[in-house]
This record gives sequence, C-alpha cells and structure tokens, in this order.
Amino acid sequence: MSGAHHYNPDDPPVLEVEDLSVDIKVPAGTLHAVNKVSFSVRPGETLSLVGESGCGKSITSLAIMRLLPKAARLSASKIIFDGQDLAALSEKQMARLRGNRIGMIFQDPMTSLNPVYRIGDQLEEIYLRHKGGGRREARERAEYLLEKIGIINPTQRLTQFPHQLSGGLRQRMMIAMMLMCDPKLIIADEPTTALDVTVQVQILQLLRSLQEEFRMALILITHNLGVVARMADHVAVMYAGQVVEKGSSADVFRHPTHPYTRGLLECIPHPGQSATRNKLGSIPGIVPSLVGRIDGCTFRNRCNYAFGDCATAQVGLRDVEDGHSYRCLLPPETFAAGKLEKA
Amino acid sequence: MTDATQTAADAKRRDSASDFDTLAPSPRELMRRRACSHWGLIIGLSIIAIFLLVAIFAGVLAPHDPYAQTLSHRLADPVWGPKGSWNHILGTDALGRDVLSRLMYGARLSLYISFTAALIAAVIGVSLGIAGGYFGGKIDSLVVYIINVKLALPVFLVALSIAAITGGTVTVMILLLGFLTWDRYAIVTRSLTQQMRDQDFIMSSLAAGSSHMRIIFRDILPNLMNHIIVIVSLDMAVIILIEAALSFLGLGIRPPTPSWGLMISEARAMMFFKPHLIMVPGIAIFILVMAINMAGDGIRDVTAPEGRG
Repeated sequence: MSGAHHYNPDDPPVLEVEDLSVDIKVPAGTLHAVNKVSFSVRPGETLSLVGESGCGKSITSLAIMRLLPKAARLSASKIIFDGQDLAALSEKQMARLRGNRIGMIFQDPMTSLNPVYRIGDQLEEIYLRHKGGGRREARERAEYLLEKIGIINPTQRLTQFPHQLSGGLRQRMMIAMMLMCDPKLIIADEPTTALDVTVQVQILQLLRSLQEEFRMALILITHNLGVVARMADHVAVMYAGQVVEKGSSADVFRHPTHPYTRGLLECIPHPGQSATRNKLGSIPGIVPSLVGRIDGCTFRNRCNYAFGDCATAQVGLRDVEDGHSYRCLLPPETFAAGKLEKA
Repeated sequence: MTDATQTAADAKRRDSASDFDTLAPSPRELMRRRACSHWGLIIGLSIIAIFLLVAIFAGVLAPHDPYAQTLSHRLADPVWGPKGSWNHILGTDALGRDVLSRLMYGARLSLYISFTAALIAAVIGVSLGIAGGYFGGKIDSLVVYIINVKLALPVFLVALSIAAITGGTVTVMILLLGFLTWDRYAIVTRSLTQQMRDQDFIMSSLAAGSSHMRIIFRDILPNLMNHIIVIVSLDMAVIILIEAALSFLGLGIRPPTPSWGLMISEARAMMFFKPHLIMVPGIAIFILVMAINMAGDGIRDVTAPEGRG
C-alpha cells in the first residue's frame, strides 16, 4: 500500500475533470469511448486510472492533453487545470501548456524519443521552446535533472543517441525531458509496461521521489494493480469508458466493492501463496461494444450478480463510505466476503 | 562488507556498466564503417567527384574554347587514331571544335541541370508527400489525386511538346524536368510519413507542445532525409538521360551549347566514319549515370540497413 500522504487534502486540485466524455465517429455509428468521467488530483497526489485495454483510460489522458484524433469529439462540464479551462483554450495556448506545465510520459521508451537527435538536444529543445533562455542554461538544467534521476555521467549521456541507451535509461530520459520545464502535472501512460520487472520498480520509485520533491500531481495510467498499490493515493477503476469504482487506494484495495474491481484483484497471482490447484481468477466474457446507445450497466454481461434491472436502470456512482464510490445497483453488503462464490 | 566498501563496489559496478554501453559505436561511426567497406559507394562517389571537379574547373582544365571552331582541323582523329595528336586528345567534331573541352563543359551542364531539377522535384514531391501522409483525410485524397494525375502524364510526350513550344533554354529544361519527376518523392515520403505519424515520438513531441509545422520540419523531415538523398541520386540519373534524349532529338538544349545529348545528335552524320564522336559522349553519360546509381544504392545500404532507431 502507498505510504504516508505526500499531499495536502485541503489543497485546491491541480486538475479537476467533471463529466468528461469522448465520442468517436466510426463507420458503424458513434463510439462512446469515455463516458462522463470525473476526477481530480492535488499537488503531490497520485491518481491511478486502472482498467483493461480499451476501457478508455488512454483516451481520457489524451483528452486532457487535447491530443485526441480528429474523429473524436470531446465534451465535459469541467476540465480545469490550474485555474484554466482547458476545453476553452486555443490550440496555440494549449501547445504552450503541453510539455511545459503538463508533461506526458508514454508507454514505449524505445520509440518515444526521436532517433535522429541526441538526447541532449531533445531535452534542451523542450526547455528552450517553453522557457526561452540560452542553450547553456538549458544544458545545465538537463545535467542537473539527469543527476537527479541517478544517471552517472550526465554530460556524456546527453551526447548519445536514443538507440545507444537501454529501455530503462530511455524511460528515465523521457522523465527528465518532461521535468525540464518543471510541470505541475505529469500524465504517465503505462510508463513501465514495456520495461522488465526490475527496471519497473526503479522507474516507479524514481517517479514517486521526483513527484514528492517537485510537488507534482501524477496521473498514472496502468492495468497493473501491483503498480497501483505501490504508487497511487487514489484510484479510479475504469470499465468500458466509465469509472466503475473510485476512492483512496487503501479503501479500494481493502474493500473492493464493484464486481469488476473484485474480479481484477482476483486476477493477481500471489507467488507462494496460492497452491497450484488454485486457479488464477479470471473475468469471463469480453468488453461490450461501445458503439451506439448504452443502456444500463456496461458490466452486466460479465457479472455474476446481474439481474433484470441491470439492463435498463440508470446506474450511477454511489458511496460505499466517505470518498469511496462505486457504480452498481446492488448494495455493498451483497459483495461481502464469502458471498462471492455465488452464481 | 561494510557500508563504505558496499557503496564503493556499487559505484564501481555502475561505472563499469556505463563504460560498457558507451562502447557501442555512435550511428555516425557505424555508418562511416559501413561506408568504408562498401565498394559500390566508394567507386560511385569517386567517379561523381571526378566529374564534379572537372565540371567545376572546366574553365581551367579544358585545353580549348568549347565554342571555338577551327575548320582547318575539323574531324581530327583522337590521340589513339591514325592521325591523332595530343593537341586534341579526343579529336574534333565536324565544326573543328575540341571534343574533350566540349565534354568537360557538357559535364557542367548535365550536373547543373540534373541537380537543380532533382532539387525542384524533391521540394515539390516531399512537400506533397509529407502533407498527405501527415494530415491524412481530405488533404491526403487530394495529394493522391495529384500523384495519380502526374503518373498518368506521359513524361516524354509532355517534355517534348513543352520543349518544342518554349524552345530549349537551360532554365526551361530545369523547370520542365523538375516538374515532371517529383512523383517518386511524393509516393515514398507519403508512405514513410504515414508509418512515422503513428509512432510514439510524434505523439510525445505533440505532448511536449510542438506545433504540426514543427513536427514536420524537426521530427519527420530529418527522419526522411536518408530516403530523400537516395531518391535524389536516382532522379538525377533519370534526368541526365531525359535531358540527353531531348537534346538528341533537337528539342532540348540548343546548339552550340555543349551538351552531351547534343554532341551525340551532331555526330549522327559521322557515325560510320568517326564513331568516337558518338561513343565519347555516350560513354560519359553511361559512366556518370552508373556512378550516380551506384552511389545512390550505396547510400541506401549504408544509412538504412536497420533504420537509425
């Protein structure tokens, strides 16, 4: 579980998102990729968006950055970043925020650095573009950050090309690049998925310590619940474009309430604990098509508890306890331990 | 182990690790190594360099004025012929002009026309290709349409008719050939840009606040450069051939300008009596075109065996 809070719950949020929806025009109709998602992050806080592939977590992050593909339409009642309404900014104003006050780290460090430029040039460029100043100033900042992220020989590293570095080093460089302008918010989209396990831990620890030091808000997008447990203060579990459960990571991990969250937690192998005869949990079925009108609960076709109303009723988020809510028609007691083996 | 020795050992291990991966040669170094063992590239580039030097210093190197007619010395044998002399190493043509000098000035013309025309074609083709590949949608449809129209044009027929109407000045030739050979650039850069557009570094550049123009010029264009250089070389070879052919047909460069195609054309009448008058410029065209192709292939082999990623 995540350790002590590194953020002050009374701080005003850096990013506040309310009812964010993304619709994508496809030949068959309109695909509701993200459906009324709301969340907020404070300085120093880590929010994790969790869910399986295609649940809309990456689209959500692209929507915040306003980098959605052309066919996608964004709507939200609120996307406030640091007092500014992101949805109302012009493309030019938005470009000034990107990489400057909001940083984004992508999944595959092997391809997210431009192969024809030296690392140093890429780091300096982003600084020069947003902060101005001289090349020497930018170079000093780059060297300072590389030392900060534990790179032994910064001056020399900066003269190398991306392909001369290992995956872990490249991801460190991406992180350094995003820190060049001292952003308030970092969005990390599966930052460790392409790395091997030992490097994953290092990168996560690095992100965590940098976040504390620079008091950045972090939105961590992942499908890996181990990563969430290690990193997140708050969790929003997404399924089929909706947040199905959200709360502090302690609450969500201790009392997972939505059947989907419980299913996800059962899918984690516990080495040594489970005997070979204990099968690893799985959630049967596939994610429903999100094209066209969506009625009722999106999880009903895979849910052990589904009943008649699930297909028709409006299912909203409701509280389990303070600050912990879930999207299901059944009361939380239904899922109390031991009853799970129903169906 | 005490803490101090532990950290010392750690530091040493990390240092040796960093030594280890700095052993990997830089891409430029790798390319240099590949280039040095690529005979096609070396030979091609050397021949081009020789032609280039001759073209640049034609004024100094040429033994005679390429336009000066000495009717008393017309149709002189080359130095290896029965009545050859070192005064006219490659002999003289029907008007008594020194063939070697005309050949040298002709190299200047061929290289000048082919290079500038290839550059014009590159600018047109690459702009269209990147625009279509990067923006997609309607812009791409338009680009594809323009490319198709261009591909449907019979190059030679159009070149012949326009050259015939406007008269063959060097400028007309350059513009004509530039506007008639850009399709290859457009097709190649369009598909490469399409592949590149979906790569993460474009998205991360966008996420770092780059504008589309910046991405095109700073991220995409440098990654296309290797391919563009290869196409320029192939295109230059094609242009040299078309220019020679047009001049040969009397629709390209006008006499008395020394052009290789024109030299062949003018020597037609003497073909059976002084075959060297046709063979010498013919061989020059052959060697230069072959050298450019060898160099182009070489550049491709050297720069793009594994991409630069």
